[in-house]
Amino acid sequence: MIKLFSLKQQKKDEEGSARPGGSQKKASAAQLRITKDLNELNLPKTCNTEFPDPDDLLNFKLIICPDEGFYRGGRFVFSFKVGPNYPHEPPKVKCETAVYHPNIDLEGNVCLNILREDWKPVLTVNSIVYGLQYLFLEPNPEDPLNKEAADELQSNRRLFEQHVQRAMRGGYVGSSYFERCLK
Amino acid sequence: MAAGEAQQQPEHLQRRWHYIRKLLERPGPFSHPDFEPSAEILDFILNSCKILVVGAGGLGCELLKDLALMGFKKIHIVDMDTIELSNLNRQFLFRKNDIGSSKAKCAVEFVNKRIPGCEAIAHHCPIQDLDEGFYRQFHIVVCGLDSIVARRWLNGMLMSLLQYNDDGSLDQSSVIPLIDGGTEGFKGNARVILPGMSACIECTLDLYPPQKTFPLCTIANTPRLPEHCIEYVKVIQWSKENPWGPETSLDGDDPQHVAWVLEKAQERAMKHGIAGVNYRLTQGVLKNIIPAVASTNASIAACCATEVFKVATSCCANMNNYMVLNMTEGVYSYTFNAERRTDCIACSNSTKILEVEPQATLQAILDQLRDDQQFMMKSPGITTIINGRNKTLYMSSIKSIEERTRDNLKKKMKELGLFNGAEILVADITTPNTVTIKLKFIENLQDVDMSHYIE
Repeated sequence: MIKLFSLKQQKKDEEGSARPGGSQKKASAAQLRITKDLNELNLPKTCNTEFPDPDDLLNFKLIICPDEGFYRGGRFVFSFKVGPNYPHEPPKVKCETAVYHPNIDLEGNVCLNILREDWKPVLTVNSIVYGLQYLFLEPNPEDPLNKEAADELQSNRRLFEQHVQRAMRGGYVGSSYFERCLK
Repeated sequence: MAAGEAQQQPEHLQRRWHYIRKLLERPGPFSHPDFEPSAEILDFILNSCKILVVGAGGLGCELLKDLALMGFKKIHIVDMDTIELSNLNRQFLFRKNDIGSSKAKCAVEFVNKRIPGCEAIAHHCPIQDLDEGFYRQFHIVVCGLDSIVARRWLNGMLMSLLQYNDDGSLDQSSVIPLIDGGTEGFKGNARVILPGMSACIECTLDLYPPQKTFPLCTIANTPRLPEHCIEYVKVIQWSKENPWGPETSLDGDDPQHVAWVLEKAQERAMKHGIAGVNYRLTQGVLKNIIPAVASTNASIAACCATEVFKVATSCCANMNNYMVLNMTEGVYSYTFNAERRTDCIACSNSTKILEVEPQATLQAILDQLRDDQQFMMKSPGITTIINGRNKTLYMSSIKSIEERTRDNLKKKMKELGLFNGAEILVADITTPNTVTIKLKFIENLQDVDMSHYIE
């Protein structure tokens, strides 16, 4: 046990006095953890990151260029925002490229379990990167966010593929307009 | 207290410390074996011991009252919030007239008026606005917060105040014990954290339940609960329609916002045949409200205040170290020893020393980290904090960062803003966490090269 009373009788007079060496601000736990995550980031060859400010490791972009599947040849940008409660809470991830995809809606919300209900602090930025890449290889019509796209993928794969192509080249699918996002 | 002063006081005040004296001025069957009873301890409580109460809400009001009645006079309390109508059922230091005023200020005013001799001081601001010098003045910190982020911040602050001796052992006089209480409905916990000595908030972060979240696709397509409908409006519809323009984000405290969400959520509920979307639930989901129970707060605050008393006086051993209270079915409680994580990111003294020449470049430091027996790193990523801002010095794993930090490798420490005693943060696959490394400049004493002293 700590004998506070006897330890503290003498002290606490130097109120507010800065001790030598104590002036440098300490890094937050979230900062320490994201540094670790990023230093060990092992990106698949289809992915890349961009840091608008290299001193700010909490906000960055991930670019995925799938080399197979429905979305081959496209270039999709995701924004990552890592909050002060990381890794207790997952980063906030949004898709900035308009994409015709069963699990991504037109506002850029992404339905990936580890981004919400299945997030655990042992997961890392790398886990999310792989999760996102997987969404492009295997869109999952069972958990739809864009319901039309999901229904179409289930009922008419050919048509779905054509619509994905059209959206990536830039154009309308139904009433929604998609900007060109081919590499 | 002077004898003359005591005689002038009314009788009830003369006998005021009667019972506390019995605890502090004689040993008892439950007192700690090392406890040395003395009259000075009461004097310490009354006149020297400085306590910080963090949060002036449900727990904070109880804590402030408990501590002040125990005899602690020098109490500071911090809270950034203002009083709302819904607080009044349990935050008993506030009255209807106080709605809209600072919680910390009202609480302090009430207690100072009600309890003779109490000199509590209020701070109406976020905890992050107060600096090291402020936190260092306290003997004990007690917290009754509802936020994990704030707890982690406070924990980190108290850890950063720890001083270590040259042999790596902890300087105990730098330890500021943290007593942490928390409640959620009928459940609560109280714990004692001795920074650097026992498990801290970060060691046991896994114990906090994850935030309740619903799968996005359920909310979007197959809502079954009224909560799903409200979440939908909150997560998806708000940013789609931006009813107050794209600059305004959803505020659960703004009645107009809540009303808008309620209306949209009801429309959605109707479409899917779901009942039960009302104003209270809407506000509850938006603000993550869990109904607070006054008696849970009172119990947990009482435990915390008792632990403060024990730490302050050493009259009795503290709880070891995590107490759980569950009153959902019957009343159940137990205390267990939460263990420290040896690799805890906050409380393990992972600070290592790296001796460097004052003229060394970042490249030289990088080489040292790779070659030095103590480190043997593979591809360290190095960051630091300069003037309160994070700065990435070098990171090879990320192309865009590598390109823009490559030039730093050639720079000398002074050019990078580093100094003798500066700390760098180093991440590498060879260590489980980011390590803090303190730079220690070495001088060659035999033939001191004076050139670098000349500006």
